[in-house]
Amino acid sequence: MNAQTSTQYEAGAQAAAGAASGPPLLHMEGIVKSFPGVKALRGVSLTLHAGHVMAIVGENGAGKSSLIKTLSGAYEPDEGTIQINGVPLARGTHAAIDAGVAVIYQELSLVNDMTVAENLFLGRMPAQHGFVNRRDAERRAREALAQVGLDNVAPSMRLGDLPLNKRQLVEVAKALARDARILVMDEPTAALQHDDIANLYGVVRRLRAAGMGIIFISHHLEEVFELADSAVVMRDGATVDARPMAQWTEQDLVQAMVARNLDSFYPWEPREYGAVVLEVRELASPPMVRRASFSVRAGEILGIAGIAGAGRTELLKAIFGANKLTEGEIFVRGHKVSIHSPAAAVQAGLVYTAEDRKLEGLVLDANIEENVALSSLKALATGGFVRSARKRKLAQQASARFAVRAPSVLAITGNLSGGNQQKVILGRATATAPTVIMLDEPTRGIDVGAKTEIYAHMVAMARAGAAVLMVSSELPELLGMSDRVLVMYRGRIVTELPREQADSETVIQWATTGVGA
Amino acid sequence: MNSTAAKDTDSEAWSSRVIRQLRSGIGPLVAALVIICVVLSFASPEFLTTSTLTNIMVQVSVVGIAAVGSTFVIITSGIDLSVGSLVALSGMVAATLMAGSTPDNVGLGLAGLAIALAVGAAVGALNGFAVSWLRLVPFIVTLAMLAMARGLTLAISDGRTKFDFPNAFTAFGAKTLAGLPAPMIVMLVVFVIGHVLLRKTTFGHQVFAVGGNKEAARLAGIPVGRVIFLTYTLAGLTAAIAGIVLAGRLNSALPSAANGLELQVIAGVVIGGTSLAGGRGSIIGTFIGVVLIGVINVGLSLLGVNPFWTQFIQGGVIFAAVLLDALSQRRKN
Repeated sequence: MNAQTSTQYEAGAQAAAGAASGPPLLHMEGIVKSFPGVKALRGVSLTLHAGHVMAIVGENGAGKSSLIKTLSGAYEPDEGTIQINGVPLARGTHAAIDAGVAVIYQELSLVNDMTVAENLFLGRMPAQHGFVNRRDAERRAREALAQVGLDNVAPSMRLGDLPLNKRQLVEVAKALARDARILVMDEPTAALQHDDIANLYGVVRRLRAAGMGIIFISHHLEEVFELADSAVVMRDGATVDARPMAQWTEQDLVQAMVARNLDSFYPWEPREYGAVVLEVRELASPPMVRRASFSVRAGEILGIAGIAGAGRTELLKAIFGANKLTEGEIFVRGHKVSIHSPAAAVQAGLVYTAEDRKLEGLVLDANIEENVALSSLKALATGGFVRSARKRKLAQQASARFAVRAPSVLAITGNLSGGNQQKVILGRATATAPTVIMLDEPTRGIDVGAKTEIYAHMVAMARAGAAVLMVSSELPELLGMSDRVLVMYRGRIVTELPREQADSETVIQWATTGVGA
Repeated sequence: MNSTAAKDTDSEAWSSRVIRQLRSGIGPLVAALVIICVVLSFASPEFLTTSTLTNIMVQVSVVGIAAVGSTFVIITSGIDLSVGSLVALSGMVAATLMAGSTPDNVGLGLAGLAIALAVGAAVGALNGFAVSWLRLVPFIVTLAMLAMARGLTLAISDGRTKFDFPNAFTAFGAKTLAGLPAPMIVMLVVFVIGHVLLRKTTFGHQVFAVGGNKEAARLAGIPVGRVIFLTYTLAGLTAAIAGIVLAGRLNSALPSAANGLELQVIAGVVIGGTSLAGGRGSIIGTFIGVVLIGVINVGLSLLGVNPFWTQFIQGGVIFAAVLLDALSQRRKN
C-alpha cells in the first residue's frame, strides 16, 4: 500500500506544483440540497487542489455538515456537480470511498471491541480466497499507523483500550489505509488537548506535503490560521467567500461568518453577588473526584478548569447525583441536601447540561417542546395531567428567549444545528428556575455567533440570581466568562483564582502540574 | 426562520401534524385496515355484519388489553415476554380462590377480581424491579418470568382446569351491556385509559423521554428507574385484566390459557407503529394493530383458508409492518 500511495501522493504534489495543469482534485459546483421545510445547501461551490489544506468556517446551521455529507455520498444533492480529478462522482458512500474521499466525523466511526487493524480495514480486510490475511493486514496497518505518528500502537490492540486522542489518529490512519486522496475532518481538535492538537497538526502537514487534499471544518480561528492554506466561509447554506489565508484577517473571517459586527466577544461585567447558594464539603466520588470543597454565591459565574481527565465533568455529575458519592456534604441555600439522583438534584434546585448534547442532552426524535418540558413536567401538570397549553407556552417562551432558530417548537431537535440544540437544552434547564446551573462544555462544537449568544445568556442567568458553574476546555472562554476559576488536577481542586489572577499561563501551570509557579 | 416564527404556527402546525400522521404515523395502517375490510366485505357477505364485527372485537380483546401495558414497556425500549403466562397465572390464582362457588357469591367474586389484579401487578412489579434496579436485560428477565409464571400456574392447579365462578367475576367476560359484549367494552375502556395515560399525563411524557434517550431523561431529572418499574407493573396489571376477561368468558381457568399470547401482543404493538427501539409509539396504533390481526384471522377463516396458513400470513403482516416502519424512518433521515 505504501508504495502505491506514495507514488499517488507524489503525482498529487506535482499536480499541485503545476497548479492549473489538469483538473483540480475536487471541484464542487452549485450544490443544492433541501430537506422537508429546510434548504440546507443553496449553492455551494468550491475547488480543492492536491497538497492543499482548506478550512471551512461558518456559524451553526450554515450548512457545513450538510456539505460534508454531500461529499461523502451520505446525501444526494438535488442540484449541482461534484468532480474528482475531473471525473463526476457517482452516487453513494461507496463510490465516494472508492474515489478517495475519506471523512472523519466528530463522532468517530470506529468499533471499540475490534482490534486497531480490523478497524483500519473495516469491511475491506486483506484476504486471499476468502480467508483474512492477518499478517498482511498487520503489516499494512503498521505502515498506516506510522504515517500518523502512532508507531508504538500495536495493530492487534483492542481499539477501546486506546485513549480517545489516539483513536482519532486511528481514524486518520484508516483514511490512509483506504488510499484516500481527499481527507475531510469535522472539528478534528474539538476533543483534543494541547499536545494532541500539535501532533494532529504535524500529521496534517505531512499528509499535505505528500499531496493529499485536506478539508477541515473548525470553529477555532487560530487553528484555521495555523493550518490552512485557504479558508472558505459558509453562511445560510452557501459559500459566500473563499480566499487564500494571506488575504484573510481574523476580523474579516468572523465578519464574513456572521455578517454583523461583534463588539466585545465576552460580555462579562462585574456583578453583585448574593448569599452562598451551593457549598460542597469534602466531596469524594472515586475514582475521579477526591475531597473537593468549594462554594459559590448567587449571581456568580464559577469556572472549573483542568485538562481532560482531571475530574471536572465527574465533579459536576457527582454534585448532580448522576455519579455516586462516597463521602462529603452538599448544602443548597444553607440547607444540607441529600442528592442520590438527578431527579433529587432538580428538586433541590440544581440543573446540569451535559457535555455531549446528542448522547446525554436531547431526546433527538422528539420536538423542541417535548425536550424543553422534560425537567418541568410536574410544574406543567395538574393532578398528573400535563396541560398542553402550558407546555406549549413554556416551550415558546424558552424558544424566544434563547432565539432558537427553528420553524416552530414542533421541529424535531435531531434536525437542529448544534447551537440551536444547546439553546433548547438551556431552555429546559432554566425553565425550572434553578438555584444552581451547571454547564458542561456549553459551547462545544458551536459557532462564534451562537457562542456569543450563549455567553450573554450565562450573564443573564447570573444577573437573575443563579449561581453558574461552568466547565470548559476552551481556556479563553473560561477566563473570559468566569468571576472565579477553580483548577482541578487529578481529581482534586488544587487552587482557586479570582478573575484578576486567572491568566492563561497561571491556569495552565496549575492544570498541568497541580502546583503554582 | 427565527424565534418569532415559533409563535404563529399553531394552526399551521395542526394541519401539518395531520399530514405528518397520514404520511408516517398510523395513516398507512388505517388505510391497510380499511382496504382489507372492503375486500373482505366483497369477498364474504358475512363479514360486514354486526355479529362478525363484534365477534372480532371479542376475539382480540384478551390480546388487546394485554397489549396496552406492553405498549408502554416497548416505548421505553423494553420488552415483556411474560404477559401470556401472567394472563394464565392471575386467572388461575383467582380461580383457585373462587372455584366451585355459587354464582351469586358477590363477595368471593370481588375478592377474585382483586387477587387477580394484585397478582398481575405484583409479578409485573417484580419484572420491573429486576429490569430497573437490578439492571438485568428485559428480554431475559421476562423470559424467565414467562417460564416461572407458567410453572406456578401449573403447580397451583395441578394441571387441572378450574371452573364455576361467581357472576361478579365472570361478568367482565360473559355479560353484555346495551347489546355489546363485556370483553369488547372492557377492552375499549382499557384502551381509552391507556391512551390518556400515555398522551396526557406526566408519566406518559416520561415514558417517551426514557425510551427516546435514557441518559438525557435521567440528567433532565426524570426518575428513569421508577418509570421503567411502573411500565412493567402496568403490563402486569393489564395482563391480569386480560386474564379476568378470559377466565370470565370461558367461566373456567385453564393452566394452558394464553399460551404464546406474548407473540400476538408484541405483533399487535409493532404493527401499530410502536418502535422496538423505543421512544415512538401510540395506544391508538396498538388498537388498530390488534384489530388488524383479528380482521385478518376472521377474514381468512371466512374465506375458507386453511387455518395452518393463518399463522404464516400473520408473520408476513408483521414483517411488512416492520419493513414499512423502517423505510419511513430511513426516508426521514
